[in-house]
Amino acid sequence: MKTDLKEICKDIRCDIMTCIGHLGVGHIGGCLSVVEALAVLYFQEMNIDPANPQMPGRDRFVCSKGHAGPAVYATLANRGYFDKAELLTLNQGGTHLPSHCDMRLTTGIDMTAGSLGQGFSCAVGIALGAKLEGDGAKVYALVGDGESQEGQIWEAAMFAAAKGLDNLIAITDYNKLQIDGPVAEINDVAPLDEKWSAFGWNVIEVEDGNDVEQVAEALRHTHLCADSGRPTMVILNTKKGCGVKWIEDLGAGNHNTKVSEEQARAAVAEIRGE
Amino acid sequence: MEMRAVYASVMAELMSADKHVCILDADLSKASGTHKLYAQFPQQMFDCGVAEQNMASIAAGLASYGFKPWIESFTPFATRRICDQIAISVCYARNNVKIVGTDPGISAELNGATHMSMEDIGVLRSIPGIVIFEPVDEVQLRAAIPVVNAYEGPVYVRLFRKETPVVFGEGYSFDLFKADTLREGKDLSIFVSGMMTADAVKAAELLAAEGIDAELINVHTIKPIDRETVLASARKTGAVLTVENHNVIGGLHSAVLETLAEEKIPVCAVAVPDRFGEVGKIPYLRGVMGLTVENIVEKAKRAVSLK
Repeated sequence: MKTDLKEICKDIRCDIMTCIGHLGVGHIGGCLSVVEALAVLYFQEMNIDPANPQMPGRDRFVCSKGHAGPAVYATLANRGYFDKAELLTLNQGGTHLPSHCDMRLTTGIDMTAGSLGQGFSCAVGIALGAKLEGDGAKVYALVGDGESQEGQIWEAAMFAAAKGLDNLIAITDYNKLQIDGPVAEINDVAPLDEKWSAFGWNVIEVEDGNDVEQVAEALRHTHLCADSGRPTMVILNTKKGCGVKWIEDLGAGNHNTKVSEEQARAAVAEIRGE
Repeated sequence: MEMRAVYASVMAELMSADKHVCILDADLSKASGTHKLYAQFPQQMFDCGVAEQNMASIAAGLASYGFKPWIESFTPFATRRICDQIAISVCYARNNVKIVGTDPGISAELNGATHMSMEDIGVLRSIPGIVIFEPVDEVQLRAAIPVVNAYEGPVYVRLFRKETPVVFGEGYSFDLFKADTLREGKDLSIFVSGMMTADAVKAAELLAAEGIDAELINVHTIKPIDRETVLASARKTGAVLTVENHNVIGGLHSAVLETLAEEKIPVCAVAVPDRFGEVGKIPYLRGVMGLTVENIVEKAKRAVSLK
């Protein structure tokens, strides 16, 4: 297993570009913004075994912003859950890799998501289950900033704090953009830190959520929250489309975008710094 | 005995036997009859407060972790309010969650239209993978709950929670996927569900006195409907009446019509017309909605006349 997180992020980014480029279209912006979080979770933080994906007591990951499926698949493939060649089947008829994460189709996926808000509640339920079993499993949930406009997110936030689920670590991909425009203009979720804090959560904010060292440091810091009696929210200030200039420049237009194979090849070269 | 008391006592037995069986509430455990179980099973009872969407998805998460969660609320909040959570977190993800909706249709009485779900079966019936079960009496309920718990997959239990006449006798044997023939007959088939079953029994007796020999079948599981029994009876008698405490659109009537779509058999209905509910006690609401023994007799004759 590779350990250089910066290199791992490059690999994951390149694989995202390649599989979405092969397909021709995809949720590229919100995939590229979460790469660092996924790399740190799957290559450093989580107690998992790709050879035994159903290992009892393993840590769980729920991608509540289910449309980041391709980013999760690229991470799983790099971590050894399945062959990288399978990434090219993304969204093809009969694939095991659909747009949105599906626990019944994909090896290594712990929860189905796609209808925003629900995955986060499911993660809370998993964290409650782990507490009841007393197996020491931690549960990580990735939430979108646009997704945080869903009322269900806050229902779940309230419940997780009320039940003292300190084995739950959530991550907000705060890239500030949603389909229709800037989050601040559509229906502002700020101040996220104060909201989560007011809901009874530990809050850690990361200035640059696409700096893998900062993300790694923040997730190491969550270890201190293990017996705090509170769930923990890590807010990552990220850039939607991070790592590929023309996609970053599309702004809110990069949510679900056409990507040609030629553009994907150029992006891979850009990511590799060639 | 109240239906909710029967339900709670069987759930207590199941929770004692299996620590993975658990109940989640949305501030209505008193209505569901399970409130007192909180003291007895503190590790298996969870009140989510007034947040049904969260409750449904939390249950899905628990199910994915090997638990057997039952969620409870009033019928409208256990179905139409959380339709998407049932569709995606529960059914699409194939998470083993049981859903109990109390006070179906007119039995919501004084809570009125907002709490009076006439459409819950219709809302859920087009979601793949869900089983929809509506118990008739305490005998059937007592037999059914362990079977529903043992079934691997989502089940909606449409639970009339108060006292209701006993229809089934001693020795009753329950099969979740098999309709119960209460009376054999040759002139028409009456397919009935839930609280209307006792009324249909009376109606069949009145019809018999007038020389009409009705076959009476309790369709306790509306989805998947027992096609074999429905088809065999309808073909035998050549006339059908459906009787239910639900909107005429989307419930038992629709399920029977779909089953008989290729048969040349008249199918009449006693059901709530396509309208919302209103406040009132059950006898008043029966009159308003046409859910009476007299209307069953009248519509049965109509079905026979159409043969």
